[in-house]
Amino acid sequence: MPLVFIIAFRNLFHDRLRFIATVIGIVFSIVLVTIQMGLYFGFGRMVTTMIDHSSADLWVMPRGTKAFEDPALLNTRERYRALAINGVADAIPVVIGFADWRMPSGAMTPVFVIGSDLRAGGLQPWDLVEGRIEALASARAVAVDRTYFDRLGISGIGATAEIRQQPVQVAAVTDGIRSFTTTPFVFMDVERARTYTGVPSGKATYLIVRLTADADRGAVRRQLMSNIDNVEVLTPAEFRERSRTFWLFGTGAGAALFAGALLGVIVGTVVVAQTLYASTKEHLNEFATLRAIGSSRRYIYKVIIWQAVLSAVIGFALAALAGDAVVRLTAGTALPILITPELMVGLFVLTLVMCIGSSIAAIVQVTRIEPAVVFTR
Amino acid sequence: MTEPLLEAVNLTKELGSGAGKVAALKGVSLALNGGELTLLMGPSGSGKTTLLSILGCMLAPTEGTVRVGQHSTAGLDPEELAQLRRDHIGFVFQSFHLFPTLSTTDNVRLALDVRGERSRAAKVRSREALAKVGLAHKIKAYPRELSGGEQQRVAIARAIVGNPSIILADEPTAALDGANGQAVMKLLAEIARERGHAVLIVTHDPRLLPFADRVVHIEDGRISAEERGGIRQTLENH
Repeated sequence: MPLVFIIAFRNLFHDRLRFIATVIGIVFSIVLVTIQMGLYFGFGRMVTTMIDHSSADLWVMPRGTKAFEDPALLNTRERYRALAINGVADAIPVVIGFADWRMPSGAMTPVFVIGSDLRAGGLQPWDLVEGRIEALASARAVAVDRTYFDRLGISGIGATAEIRQQPVQVAAVTDGIRSFTTTPFVFMDVERARTYTGVPSGKATYLIVRLTADADRGAVRRQLMSNIDNVEVLTPAEFRERSRTFWLFGTGAGAALFAGALLGVIVGTVVVAQTLYASTKEHLNEFATLRAIGSSRRYIYKVIIWQAVLSAVIGFALAALAGDAVVRLTAGTALPILITPELMVGLFVLTLVMCIGSSIAAIVQVTRIEPAVVFTR
Repeated sequence: MTEPLLEAVNLTKELGSGAGKVAALKGVSLALNGGELTLLMGPSGSGKTTLLSILGCMLAPTEGTVRVGQHSTAGLDPEELAQLRRDHIGFVFQSFHLFPTLSTTDNVRLALDVRGERSRAAKVRSREALAKVGLAHKIKAYPRELSGGEQQRVAIARAIVGNPSIILADEPTAALDGANGQAVMKLLAEIARERGHAVLIVTHDPRLLPFADRVVHIEDGRISAEERGGIRQTLENH
């Protein structure tokens, strides 16, 4: 085993209490960053969940639409202009909007209505655990998520309630379709969605465009934009990015999450820097001896950097376990923390950079060592 | 006459600045030859440690030159001076300066490691150096498990393991009792005689005189006297 590694390891474990304090500091720091970044990614995925589950090749929307939840309207007659374009297989209207749900008890709660042509399958509920999509074709039928049963004052399939003073009946139940706004989604046929949200007939929020197998998406998109006035045509990836940008940065939520993560990095850096500085100071005599017997500065830097790397690896391993526990705990909540393999790799690199960066103060201190002090100590 | 292994010519060293400036060395010249054990003796504040620091390439003289083998130290940066030290000079310190967290073998191996010698052979050589100083049975011990004399012998093993041509020792027996001090001096004298190293020992202990080939007295920053020859004869009687 390299001697620099042995020295670093022994220096680090020489004062166990200080090492434990360092590791706790790193763990807290990285768990904080993990949670903030996990929330960021979780939030980023939540705000695009409808776009992710639609069957769209292109989205046609009123110009200036900021996010999926933006309730601006376009004329459904544009649908026929879209269908007239070579390469368009279907253009399915989607209506969304907030409405009030009146429970059997008479209490009210807001819901978010999503209406689509269920026969065409533009934006249907997914992960059904009770009932069938076809059941939503019948009058008054809606699909809700079982997570919201309590919020909606219902107990399951067959339950009744009212939206805008009109009766609805739960005909299908999903599992896990949760809204980051905590407002329950209610899926239904597009015509009833207009009624329940007050959207006039002949209006829709989006047109979900499906292309034929041999269509050139770019060409169809250009034609859609030239044939239809005052609309934008986005690919699902672009619409996802736009929604994410609006919710994460337009509202300041993302900035807040990043600020939290930055705070974590600062706390971690200070804790590790303090420990490495103190450890270096304590072993200054040994570093001076190394210098006196002819070691290069680089050799000594290696010892300090190994100390930083060891702290990082141990701290990250524990933080990863804690992060995994947090992910499991939040899995069923409205805003689950999402940790991807890429995020884990990024966090590990961040931990390494943070710890190695923290060693700068210690390295500066070592740089100033005069080897001749070994004769006077 | 062979070339000296280390040669200092007309060294002066001023320490401090302004009104507090002190001339620690005032024109010191000294040459160390292979196979010779030299004692540098003088009272406290005479300039012994300053001279040792300059000879050990740890401190630059204000004036004068130092040559280590064929290399002049003039104009060298700290990294080049460090390289001269690791290639040519072994150090033995008064307070040993061993790494408490490393075994004796690793403490000795350190001198090779800083030179980039990291093969398995480095470990073997470290153990051989420990055997040479009589510590073959302590290769896995830690400094805290050793007596003062044993710790100084580990430090000597560290100083000789890289086979440097020059050994500089600062009061190597000051922290030891009489018997251990004698044993350490005997070892250093053997290293000079058998290996042909130039050994310079800074001390103010007259009990070390019998081990010396040459004694250099320093006083108030100047070489005040030098005795040569015959001193080591007494060694044979020890």
